Amino acid sequence: ENADPQKTAFLLRKAWTLYSVTPLYGFRRARLRDYARLLSAFIAAEKQKGLAVEVGVELDIKVALSSLAELRGSELDQAALLVQLSSRSRASSRNSEDKLVWSGWFCSVFGDDLSENVPEHFTCLPLFLTHGAESYTSLVGSWFQKTFDCCFRRLAISPLNLSWMVAMWAGCKLDRAASAVELVFSVPRLAQPLDISYAIHPEDAKALWDTVQKTPGEITQEEVDVFMDCLYAHFHRHFKIHLSAAKLVKVSTAVASAHCDGIVKILHSQYLPGVLMLLTELAISQIQ
Amino acid sequence: HLATSLPLPSERDHLRPRIDLVVFMIDIKSKYSLKNVETSLTHVDASFFLGKVCFLVTGVGRVNACSIETNAVCKLGEAYCSPVLFCELELEGIRATTAQRLLRMLQICAGHIPGVSALSFVSLMRKSDDD
Repeated sequence: ENADPQKTAFLLRKAWTLYSVTPLYGFRRARLRDYARLLSAFIAAEKQKGLAVEVGVELDIKVALSSLAELRGSELDQAALLVQLSSRSRASSRNSEDKLVWSGWFCSVFGDDLSENVPEHFTCLPLFLTHGAESYTSLVGSWFQKTFDCCFRRLAISPLNLSWMVAMWAGCKLDRAASAVELVFSVPRLAQPLDISYAIHPEDAKALWDTVQKTPGEITQEEVDVFMDCLYAHFHRHFKIHLSAAKLVKVSTAVASAHCDGIVKILHSQYLPGVLMLLTELAISQIQ
Repeated sequence: HLATSLPLPSERDHLRPRIDLVVFMIDIKSKYSLKNVETSLTHVDASFFLGKVCFLVTGVGRVNACSIETNAVCKLGEAYCSPVLFCELELEGIRATTAQRLLRMLQICAGHIPGVSALSFVSLMRKSDDD
């Protein structure tokens, strides 16, 4: 995973919406330019039909497809595929730069569970991340579904998986001063919805995780449970509220943040492969 | 009779009828409900675990709202030799079926079904490779 930090810098500090994707049939890496042309034509055609994406300014959408060889876990993974939609206003001068309006990328980081069981002609890139207007996401998604006979589904993250993430990420070693570890809970069954935000000093969180984790590099469900129970007990001692009865909806650490609706933000390039590996695993379990 | 936790208040002991079946309800969306059940279990007399206890896990329809690992609940069932039922109370059909199942179990535990006792549940729980 010697990902060139320059090439992957665009992934950081952006909120990505997650989807799981079933294997693509008949996808050929050599045809990226053709696919870009076809997708571009599809988007233009859909706009003609009146499914206008932006009202007012007339925009030409340019499509670029590229491979990111560095974004993968092992040699068994397919290289990531990046799709970028840029616009150039017709009204502006020829020298004006294209503005990136939407980006999405398919990837697989240690997705062997899926790829080893797949027949020929199928390409496995189970995780799809998007940033930009939902209308573009559905245009790109429709084209891929029609062309490669695949299926997209929003990837939701359960409270169980969110607690796994916060335990993992709070325990990461970081050189610079880190931001607080924050957990957001939503309290069910109230007349007015109530959100509780629980912020913990990152050093305290890491110290707690270090006392819980037995084998470095390995994490068990029991260890995650103990970590979370300590946090819940501490909160209960001070506020007499059982956070364990509420729904964990968002976790935030200096490494990354994740929301149960399937939205993540990766903040630290060092841990990018680790985060992607976890997300790939979630995507694969949603597909299977 | 419905209670949020055990033990039941001792003041009403003499008014309470015989207890034939204890159903522990665990909400898969609430870690707290599991902890509550685990604590309450310690207040149940050992004789109940001969088929008069069962675990009812609710909310299983929403996979994405899980706060508890189903494995953990199954292990709890095994540890206490009691069946674990899964249901989704928000779906009327499943709610009705689950209620019927519990009622049937209660009839057996109360001795209303000749020839079948609560001990039958325990023997059904035993795995085939145990003996």
